[in-house]
Amino acid sequence: MGSTLMKPVYVWEIPVRIFHWVNAACIVALCATGYLIGDPPALMSSQEAYQGYWFGTVRFLHFGTAYLFTFNLIYRIFWGFVGNKYARLAGFFPSTKEKLDELVCVVKLDILQMVCKPVESIGHNAMAALTYLVLFLVSFFQIATGFGLLSAMSGSVLSASFAWVPALLGGDMAARNLHHFTAWFFVLFAVVHVYLVCYHDYVEGRGVLSSIVGGWKFIVVKGGK
Amino acid sequence: MDNKTNQKQTIWELAQEKGYNRRDFLKFCGWIGAAAGIASTQLGRVVYALENNPRPPLIWLHFQECTCCSESFIKSDHPLVADVVLDLVSLDYTETLQAASGHQAETAMKQTMEKYKGEYILLVEGSIPTKDDGIHCCIGGRSALQILEEAAKDAKAIIAWGNCAFAGCVQAAKPNPTGATPVRKLVHGKPIINVPGCPPIADVMAGVVVHLLTFGRIPELDAQGRPKAFYGRRIHDTCYRRANYDAGLFVETFDDANAKKGYCLYKMGCRGPVTYNACAVTKWNGGVSFPIQSGHGCIGCSEADFWDQGPLYQHLPETAGFGIEATADKIGAAAAVATVAGVAAHFVTANLTKHGEIQDRVKGSKE
Repeated sequence: MGSTLMKPVYVWEIPVRIFHWVNAACIVALCATGYLIGDPPALMSSQEAYQGYWFGTVRFLHFGTAYLFTFNLIYRIFWGFVGNKYARLAGFFPSTKEKLDELVCVVKLDILQMVCKPVESIGHNAMAALTYLVLFLVSFFQIATGFGLLSAMSGSVLSASFAWVPALLGGDMAARNLHHFTAWFFVLFAVVHVYLVCYHDYVEGRGVLSSIVGGWKFIVVKGGK
Repeated sequence: MDNKTNQKQTIWELAQEKGYNRRDFLKFCGWIGAAAGIASTQLGRVVYALENNPRPPLIWLHFQECTCCSESFIKSDHPLVADVVLDLVSLDYTETLQAASGHQAETAMKQTMEKYKGEYILLVEGSIPTKDDGIHCCIGGRSALQILEEAAKDAKAIIAWGNCAFAGCVQAAKPNPTGATPVRKLVHGKPIINVPGCPPIADVMAGVVVHLLTFGRIPELDAQGRPKAFYGRRIHDTCYRRANYDAGLFVETFDDANAKKGYCLYKMGCRGPVTYNACAVTKWNGGVSFPIQSGHGCIGCSEADFWDQGPLYQHLPETAGFGIEATADKIGAAAAVATVAGVAAHFVTANLTKHGEIQDRVKGSKE
């Protein structure tokens, strides 16, 4: 019986792993604080307004985290130019015939659970890469609308540079509603993302889940005895 | 002076004619200068301009609107505003209040347009219907669009009064049956000052005109063409209830104790955080009050499409196409539940279909 040899490959460099976890933490924090801002709980209190500031603090955390989220994303884009071949930005685009074929295969294998040749790419598979590209674009949209809304009450250069966004979308109310709507994308993304990573780890047995902690994935070496 | 029309007269001359004394006039200059955001050191300039610059000829057009802008204006706290600055009764053309009618009125407008070509200021109240060749609003046998285009051609500047002229207001709300269109989408190449609100505050309207008179140029505008002096800040940032917002003290229902205590109306759908206007600063009816002070949230009447962002008493608007009371949160939560269900279904089927594959690998690893 032909046994298989697994060879470790260092896929995710430290900057990529740091980006991932900072990004994940930011998304959790932004969704939680954002939800509170959109629908604050009814806390009854006999305090005078000057004695409390919890809502202001929640908003501060939302805005502060937004800055971290933004610069973290910029940092990842920078690493997309200088990192290893698995970190390169070009990898996110389904630009070649091979990648498009792989895309179809991943959909067949994972979602429809049909038969297809096994996907053996080491970095992101084509489908995952495309999903992360969408995530990046949605993140940019949230950054643009979020800082655009913040620009009314902030003097920062970053928010001022997005001041035109709400006007383009038809006003702050429209921008706020779109920002609120889009936030749910991250919730849906997180559910599917976490599940699929676990699923791949389980079905493929190539260490996908641990790779984002240690950086190592495993590839099958053909012809091993 | 060869004629007695008041276009050639200055505000000061007009004020004297109406029986105002110097003291009243100077008080007005100080008040309107402050309202328009003009520094106190520039007060001399305001006085000089109102004394020396002839009041520009004004044509005030009314299209699809309710005349609440005019109403707001004539209810201004300072009598000089309605009496003199925008003397509604002696405007060269304004359907609501002019003495002339029929052909006489149309001729008066034509004459002003010819005589003061490139000098007159066009004030537009109301939106312009564009569907069905504009038949939904016709005056003197011509459509609103025709009248606007003709009047705008030789205007020095255009002031779009109210939300109608700025964004179409209620008649442009979905499904906008008459194709109501704001001025800024129809007139290009002319300076347009948008003074939105439903109606705008009288003092703001006067302030815009005084700014034009004093400096001879349009005030600094924001991205949507509104004067920054009045529309530069949100109601929320100038609201006296803001401290309650930061402290997380909210009115939950209009009849609760929190409402009585004057807590923040954010959860009652107050549009203060997304509305740019001077209500919380200038207030209404001579600085008496404004909606939030009266216990009612802001409805965002100086913002585009505020009618389509309803209901006005809830924070998140309803989403068209998702049934009644579907907000971003309800749709998002439903989608999240559906996703979790999908993932669970996938988990079950994957274990069934991949079972053999995984068992093989488990066996293989034992060797």
